[in-house]
Amino acid sequence: MSKRKLPIFATVLALIGFLLLYLPMFLVVQQSFNASKHGLTWGGFTLDWYTGLFDNAMVQTTTINTLVLAVVSTLVATLLGTLLAIGIHRTPWGKKMRYFYDMSINVPVVTPDILMAIALAVVFALFRSWTSLFEPGMLTMIIAHVTLEISFVVLVVQSRLVSIGKEQIEAARDLYASTAGAWCRVILPQLSTAIISGALLAFTLSLDDFILSFFTSGPESQTLPLYIYGSLKRGISPQIHALSTIIFSLTLFIMLLLVLKGIRKEHKLAKSK
Amino acid sequence: MQQTEVFEGKLTTRSRMRKFGVLLTGPGILWLLVFLLIPTVFLMVLAFAQRGSYGSIDWHFSLLNLKRLLGFSSFGWSPDNLLILWRSVKIAAFTTVLCIFFGLPMAFWIANHGKSMRAFLFALIMVPSCTNLVIRTAAWMILLGPDMFPASIARFLGLIAEGESLYPGSFAVYVGMVSSMLPFAVLPLYTSVERLDWGIVEAARDLYAGPVRTFYHGILSQMMPGIVASVILTLVPSFGMYVISDLLGGSKYMLIGNLIQQQFGSASDWPFGAMLGVVLILTSVISLVIFQRVGGKNFV
Amino acid sequence: MNPLPSSNQNFDLDIRNVHKSFGKKVVLDGINVFIKDGEFVTLLGPSGCGKTTLLRIIAGFEKADAGEIVLSGKVISDRSPSKRPINTVFQSYALFPHLNIFNNIAFGLKSHKVPKDEIERRVNKMMEIVNITDLAKEMPATLSGGQRQRVALARALVNEPDILLLDEPLSALDANLRKKLQVELRELQKKTDTTFILVTHDQDEAIAVSDRILVMYKGQIIQDGSPEDIYEHPVNRFVATFIGEANILECERVSEKLAKTNFGNLVLEKDPTWEKGGIAIRMEDIHVCTPNESFAENVYPAKILERIFRGDYWELIAELPGVGACESLKLRVMTDPDEIYNPGDQVNLYIDPQYLQVLSD
Repeated sequence: MSKRKLPIFATVLALIGFLLLYLPMFLVVQQSFNASKHGLTWGGFTLDWYTGLFDNAMVQTTTINTLVLAVVSTLVATLLGTLLAIGIHRTPWGKKMRYFYDMSINVPVVTPDILMAIALAVVFALFRSWTSLFEPGMLTMIIAHVTLEISFVVLVVQSRLVSIGKEQIEAARDLYASTAGAWCRVILPQLSTAIISGALLAFTLSLDDFILSFFTSGPESQTLPLYIYGSLKRGISPQIHALSTIIFSLTLFIMLLLVLKGIRKEHKLAKSK
Repeated sequence: MQQTEVFEGKLTTRSRMRKFGVLLTGPGILWLLVFLLIPTVFLMVLAFAQRGSYGSIDWHFSLLNLKRLLGFSSFGWSPDNLLILWRSVKIAAFTTVLCIFFGLPMAFWIANHGKSMRAFLFALIMVPSCTNLVIRTAAWMILLGPDMFPASIARFLGLIAEGESLYPGSFAVYVGMVSSMLPFAVLPLYTSVERLDWGIVEAARDLYAGPVRTFYHGILSQMMPGIVASVILTLVPSFGMYVISDLLGGSKYMLIGNLIQQQFGSASDWPFGAMLGVVLILTSVISLVIFQRVGGKNFV
Repeated sequence: MNPLPSSNQNFDLDIRNVHKSFGKKVVLDGINVFIKDGEFVTLLGPSGCGKTTLLRIIAGFEKADAGEIVLSGKVISDRSPSKRPINTVFQSYALFPHLNIFNNIAFGLKSHKVPKDEIERRVNKMMEIVNITDLAKEMPATLSGGQRQRVALARALVNEPDILLLDEPLSALDANLRKKLQVELRELQKKTDTTFILVTHDQDEAIAVSDRILVMYKGQIIQDGSPEDIYEHPVNRFVATFIGEANILECERVSEKLAKTNFGNLVLEKDPTWEKGGIAIRMEDIHVCTPNESFAENVYPAKILERIFRGDYWELIAELPGVGACESLKLRVMTDPDEIYNPGDQVNLYIDPQYLQVLSD
């Protein structure tokens, strides 16, 4: 899309939108360097809250739990979701099966988190009467997060499969590749970026989640959001802000890297043309 | 022996392809079956059971939970639950409208930049989601306090009295809701802005000239799929949301999400919580269907 | 069974009674063709005529419901595409976007585990032939349409297939480039001495490149012949109008080699088989008589209705008064400043019997 004139009110609304997204982030960053602990007034610059993180065992364990939860659930969801997307896409399903798969993928996306959370909490309680595996803890949380993430991974991977089209695999077959060879040498390399973006989306969903964790966690598997929620009544410690700033900066950094990589690729393209 | 056909340049039978397809989709589908479908069905069954003593479950099926939800109890009728439900619907609907209201200009604004800048701005939309919802909501608790600039501005405009703050209350809940749902609204909107056929917009301008009608016929009609996706992605989560109302709404600010959480927490009344869950999903489905009907009539 | 050609046998392709339907729609309805080794054959027809499906059946991407494909005397219908010594240039080229040009071209050789130095040698040679030696390290996304087309050709030809299939390979290019590549395609075919089977809906392209054209319509081959033959002797109305422009005269047979039209009788060279049917006459084969010319037969008075300038010729629309309605004919006259026909002019038109093509319908 080429540049077009945008009405001023549209620009203003867009900027207000960005403000709504970023005001809390700015506050978090500002507070993380603020020396005064309870007052909202500026008490001078400090790094104490950052150094303090190293001594706070609770923050450390909950951070590790959050990351373990996000990484493991992302890996499982990405594996299951990618296989699911490929299986749905390449198989000549009948109309009914296709509808069944469509529903299976789309319904979880529009299910309110809290419903998924209580349904799982209830069924885990039922499962517990047979096995102790489903005691509230890391395993139940991972299961909950994977359930949330799978559909999103499928949607991302599926749309890429559609855009790759069937000519690619036919071309590979035409050039004497076996079916497995065609997938490994032609389709999977092209699918890799979609799998990575699906995984990134899953990871983000896991980090952002509170509700699923709230209903499925056990005493030993507190995550950072749960810990913060619990400590809110006592007022947030600026250490939390320091930690949030670190997470925020990291994601911003990763996003920037990805974007920069895209820009460089584009420049190369433009130059050669 | 089934007829052979060519799939992906391989001579094979349909049933063999399907068998392999089942193998590929099996693990994922099984997962969703065991951890989503079965739990939801179980929840629906549970909704008709009763709370036993000490939070246990009494498997005698009745419509008691539904009656309770509608406000009937041994003490007579009270509208409390229905009011909570109504308030939840209202807040979800307004949040969605506000998200589209801000999301549309954002999508156009992002799309109006150079290619690399677009990618950067788009990423910027997603970044806050990586910092948890609870942290961002907590930040609003501070931001909307009496000493911060939003309150000062409101006081200057005469919207609130001296010493008052913008939090807790409905305003704070809306700010928190829109702030957390906005990324999900912008995502599909942006995709459909990118795919806009501006030829149609120009044709509309050619034929009608007026900016409002150009926008309506030339742009909005093309973006309908994106807007529907955007509404679904905002409406459904905001309907079940309870963290934001819990933190920003104050102690008396109950939404259906809070009510459900209460049943699974302090009240230990899982069957009633399950009934609330069933109502939640029914209301979501009904509002989505209504939306699609209305949207379809107006725009297609 | 080695898909890479090695012997000096004849790679004749025999398509025997091929049928194919998708659901209830019949796409190919009994195709029988014999294609000789080294021919440049074009499947020509409008979209939906089944030409692409036939190509895909030869390549192995579709399976015929009935009939067989025989190559060098061996039935290959049941072989997958990777087991056929046939390569395809796809309509959108289907270059692998994640591989550079060298690796794209080397793909087929790598599938066969050809030694590295031989791959290098053959790929480089092929890139020379199609004139893209400087692109080896480029990625497909950076290439222009014409370059992609050459890469697709090289990627297929480097495997030295018995037959090269081309699915509308020039349709995505602009008109000038297309003309240039048509010539190159023709030269490449002669140079590599490979059978080319091209699918197109563009009659000019078919005429420019082929040794032989198969005109397809509604799942059948309705005419099979050299470009000249097909242009000059179309068998029916469809071919006459699809290839070049022609006037079709509705006629009734009067007696042997004499047909009655709206505007008078036509003397023919060949006796029609029908009582009522069409006779085609190409625009450039209608002659406008000069005042001192006279012909014994087939001369008709006409009034010029319109004159359209087409560069090297004028297109005239002439009206021939007849019984009941008038017949209007389109004709071509070479541009000549001394001989200008204006709308309203009365002229005599002469139609040479040898150019009248009696159609089958």
